[in-house]
Amino acid sequence: MVPLNWYIILSAIIFLIGVAGFLTRRNVFIMLMSIELMLNAVNISLVAFSHYLQDMRGQIFVIFIITVAAAEAAIGLAIIVSLFRNKQKMHADEIAEMRG
Amino acid sequence: MITVPQLFFAYFAVAMTVLSLLVITAKNPVNSVLWMLALFFHIAGLYLFLNAEFLAAVQLILYAGAILVLFLFVIMMLNVKDEIIGKRFIKGWPVGIALVMSILAVIYFPISRLIQGPAGQYTIEAIRAETNSKVLGRVLYTDYLFPFEVASLILLIAIVGAMVLAKRRA
Repeated sequence: MVPLNWYIILSAIIFLIGVAGFLTRRNVFIMLMSIELMLNAVNISLVAFSHYLQDMRGQIFVIFIITVAAAEAAIGLAIIVSLFRNKQKMHADEIAEMRG
Repeated sequence: MITVPQLFFAYFAVAMTVLSLLVITAKNPVNSVLWMLALFFHIAGLYLFLNAEFLAAVQLILYAGAILVLFLFVIMMLNVKDEIIGKRFIKGWPVGIALVMSILAVIYFPISRLIQGPAGQYTIEAIRAETNSKVLGRVLYTDYLFPFEVASLILLIAIVGAMVLAKRRA
């Protein structure tokens, strides 16, 4: 039997890799993919909890998270396409119109 | 003593960690998407291991089949030539790594003190008696009917928003 802890640790590692990708990559595109990575890490922990606590609610939440991830990918890619069309840039350190 | 399920899990854990590292370090975004495809196949395998057959199918059809194809289509429209010559990471990347380490420290304490709660009514035998997708559908369409309707609204807003954002200005 695999302990529940192992799944949570795996989920945390993948989530942190996603955070690292989001914070360090220059390409806006890879940053969006890092967000997908983080959402998938959360899904793994929810399915693991659902199995070990013998409750279906974790899997229901995963369905909602996949819905939100699909919506977020569509909106994010539309933003990237319009950004590239207007500025010809897709690197996070070059997009500094607001002096942030 | 290491059992067969533990070896199986160990393979999946190592493969998924390596694949997600490859996703965030690949130079070419196309390679990154393809590593992510392999990662999603592994996640679907892990879902099967956790008795979530329906979610394994959804993971493959929706994530690998729809969302990643959307990503690939957008890469096809954008120019990735200067991505291959240019730098991969931003100038302040050590700050990002330091932030990740601090989040790791915050996450470590709850995980090390994890106590499993009381078990619910859906044991493996109860689910096997009337299939995973039937149980999932019954819970989704009775207890979670209102969130389900709200999710459809989110998808509608995503459709409208994507069209408004990507439309060429007249």
